[in-house]
Parts: sequence; C-alpha cells; structure tokens
Amino acid sequence: MDKIRVEICVGTTCHVLGGGSLHDLEDHLPSRLRDQVEVVGAPCLKACENGNYGDAPFVKINGEIMAAATIDKIIARLNRL
Amino acid sequence: MRIPNETDRLRRVVMIKVIDAFFKGELESRADHMPFELRPRGKGCSRCCVFKDRAVVKYRVMAALGIGAEDETDEATPLRHYAAAALGRQTPEPKFLSVLDIACDSCVKTRYLVTEACRGCLARPCSLNCPRSAVHIEHGRATIDYAACVSCGKCQQVCPFSAIIRTPIPCEEACPVGAISRGVDGKQIVDFDKCVHCGKCMRACPFGAVVERSQIIDILKAVRDGKKLVAMLAPAVAGQFPGGMERLTGAFAQLGFAGTVDVAAGAVTTTEHEARELVERLGEGERLMTSSCCPAYVETVAKHIPELLPFVSDTLSPMRYAAQAVKAADPDALTVFVGPCLAKRKEAADSPDVDFVMTFEELGALLVAKGMDLDGITPGATGPEAPAYAKGFANAGGVAAAVKLELERLAASDPAAAALKLDARQVAGLTAKSVKLLKLYAKGKLPGNFLEVMACEEGCVGGPCGIGEVKLSPPKRAD
Repeated sequence: MDKIRVEICVGTTCHVLGGGSLHDLEDHLPSRLRDQVEVVGAPCLKACENGNYGDAPFVKINGEIMAAATIDKIIARLNRL
Repeated sequence: MRIPNETDRLRRVVMIKVIDAFFKGELESRADHMPFELRPRGKGCSRCCVFKDRAVVKYRVMAALGIGAEDETDEATPLRHYAAAALGRQTPEPKFLSVLDIACDSCVKTRYLVTEACRGCLARPCSLNCPRSAVHIEHGRATIDYAACVSCGKCQQVCPFSAIIRTPIPCEEACPVGAISRGVDGKQIVDFDKCVHCGKCMRACPFGAVVERSQIIDILKAVRDGKKLVAMLAPAVAGQFPGGMERLTGAFAQLGFAGTVDVAAGAVTTTEHEARELVERLGEGERLMTSSCCPAYVETVAKHIPELLPFVSDTLSPMRYAAQAVKAADPDALTVFVGPCLAKRKEAADSPDVDFVMTFEELGALLVAKGMDLDGITPGATGPEAPAYAKGFANAGGVAAAVKLELERLAASDPAAAALKLDARQVAGLTAKSVKLLKLYAKGKLPGNFLEVMACEEGCVGGPCGIGEVKLSPPKRAD
C-alpha cells in the first residue's frame, strides 16, 4: 500500500501563522501510522493567495489541502484515511 | 519555545490586516470593518458572543495602530479616527504596553482549589497536614478556608487523587517585579513605575489581554515618505525565518528599505568594550561587573535593585553600537531595530541613535501582507559574516562566552587582562526568585566577578515577540 503523503508548507505565510509547530508531526504520530506516512516539507502551496492567510498554516494530505492545520487535526485525518 | 496558541494567531492576523490596508491606502476606510471581517456571524466566537469578540478586536486594531485602550476617552470613537491619528502623528507613541481591560478575564486570585475529583476520603491528608488548619471536610468534600490559607501547597502535594489544583493568575506569575496586579474594578493594570517591559505578562495572558503598542505604521509611513530606513537585524534572527540573512536583506530591499545591517557587528564592539571595562573595573578593586545589554534587566536594576546599579557596565548594547555606526556612515538614515524584544522599544526611546523598533512578529506580518515568500526573494548582498561569538549574544551565556574569548585575545598584549581570573556567572531569566538572587549579588554574597543577566530564559532567542522556531533541519523537501 502506498504511503500517505503529508506535505507541510514551509512558505513564509504558513510559518508566520504557526506552521513551525507542525514540523514535529513525526514525533507525535501514533506507532501504527509511522510506517504508513511520509512527511515532507513543501515550498509555498499557494493556498494563502487572495488574502486567504487567515486559514494558514496549510498542509497537503495526499494532494488534498487542509486549512488551519494542527498536529491533532492532521492525525485525525490520517486515522480516517 | 512558543506553544502554538490562538492569541498569537489573532494578533498576527490583525497586524497583517492593518498592514495590508495601509499599503492599499485604505487604512481609514477599512478600519471599522476589521472587527466584522475578523469575527463574522456564524463562524463561532472565542468569548461569550461574537459582539464581545468584535469589541476586543477593535482594541487589538488600535494596538496595531500604536494606540492603547487606556488612551480612549470616548468609547464611541470609531477606528477610522484612530487610523487617522496614527497616519498623522510625527513620532511613535512613547508607551509600549497596554492592558485591554475588556479582554482581561479577571483570573481568580484563589491559589488552591479543591476540585470535584475530591472523594472525601478517609485518609484526609489534606486536612491533617495543613499547617494552618485551613482545610476542613464539609458535606463529604474537602474545603479550604481562604481566610486561613497561606497557599503553601501542602494539601495539593498530599492528595492521593490530585484533586487539589493550583489556579494561577498567569500574568502576575509571569511578572518578575510585581508590576501587574488587580485594579479596583477587578481588571489587571500595569504599574508603569514598576514595569520593566520584559513582556512576560504579554506572553503569559491566555486571553491576550496585554498587548504591545506597535510602531509599524510609523515605520511604514517613513518608507512611504521616502525616508532612508536601515533595518538592523538582531542576532536572534537566526532561526526565526526560513532562509538566512541574504533573503531577509533582499526582502527589506524589496520593501523599500535603504539597507540592512547585522546587529552582531555591534556585538563585536560591545564585546571589546565590555572586556576592557571589566579589566579596568576589577583592576580598580571592584569585585563585580554585570552585563548591560538586556534593557529589561537594566530597567529592573534602575527600578528595583538600585544597590546593583554601580556594578552594571557602562558599555552600550549591540543595538546602540550598530545604530551609531549606521548614523556615522549616513546622518540622514533612520534606524529600525528588528528583534524579538519589547524592552528594546524602551531602550530605543531613550537613545538618540535608534528611531524605531520592529518585532519579528511584525516583520512576519509585513511579509505576509505583501505576499512575499522568502523562498522566492532575490537574496541581497550582506556584509561580511559576523563572528560566531557575536551571534552568540542572542543565546543565554553568549555574552559571557564572548567576554571570555575577548579577554583571552587581550591577554596577548595586556598583562592586566592576562592576570584576570574570569569567574563568569549567569542569571538566565528574570523571575521573582532571580530578582532576589540579584540582590544577593549586589550585597556580595555570591561568587563571580562577571555576571551576565538575560530577562528571557533562553536569552534573546526566547524573547516575547518572536515567531517561534524554525527547525534547524525542516522535513525533507518535496522538490
């Protein structure tokens, strides 16, 4: 089974609005998910365009953008996949 | 280490909005709409209702404009009037901190509280071990008589169910000098005769009720009006933003600044003077010298530990030397210190060489408002890289390490420096306890001949107005 791909935006907007804390994601993954998830940093996902910075930080999970991402929300989403 | 929280987010989003409106020339026309845009109906609320949220946001917008809630004389004054005042003023407001009384939740003073987890056990160690007999069992549960309680915490320690908790007042706990306390109406107020501008209350308040008064509008006006602004980046900038000095230099150039300098260059000068001053003072028979580059510490000494004042070095901070160098090269230049620090605003207000202070948070908001992604910025040309010990000023222990290195260097040519036996100590983080420690240093009751004092525990990198850490090795890049 292909690994779930989590891309954490490392663009400036996401960083200013709290994206820095998401880089610890791998440390927080429950053991059963660790082998099934691939976490990478991605350059600006452009989700913040058109003044949409209020929903930052963004992550992409298997191509789908999640707004106002937090580690808990990401893990909840991964559990559902 | 900043724990992610909504207060930071909201503050940054407000700042981004205000900056964005400024650039579009819409600050006055859009100001009154901001509370509604940030708290629309149907999207939930942070407090009791969306209308209360909007009321608080109004004061946050004022703070971003540099205006304090305390300055309000007529509550009906619309935000556009404050926007106009900000746009019209000639110099930044000389006040740096404001308490939003309507945001303050008047956290309860009670220090120890028996929770519902109490099972009214047979052992009742809480009651037996209370040194003031303040804990009684009533209706099957422990209760604390607050008239007798002295907040020693024994009951909490001995409860087998951890049913007794300690309820803090975060801002009062964070303040090292007792400057923030309950006012007559139950809201917290800051006593500016005691306040040292360390910013810990600001960081600590879970309701975001303590805010800093920004100079961002003053800075952006100066850029807009074609003034020559030079950004001076604090050494603490390392690790705050993705990309290094080159990207930030490029970003400031794009923002219309005339130049960017590394304050670490000023730290080289501070090191030279500090070491030489130490040799001189100890040579004249003094037993102790302390650092002077942390403005919150210096203000703490001035207001609360005057007996330590004679020991504080006369050496200027890296910010001051860096600013002097900029002004010497170009007397028309206006200096903008960019750092994680609130107290620097006070130091800048008291110095002729520093015109403005911008925090890293404001810089971040500025980049977001302009849609600038540091990754895509053309890097700017930076001067020669400052030595590692100068950059180390940003970390607790960095000043002492720099002085040690400089003394070793001086030892080659100066016999007094060679003879000096450096016994460097540190106080990293100002707390009520460490202030007591400093008093002991003043009395000569503690060893050491050089004392480095930082208000912030990690040093400047832990300052109240930073963005939070960039992991030194971010996750593997997708490209």
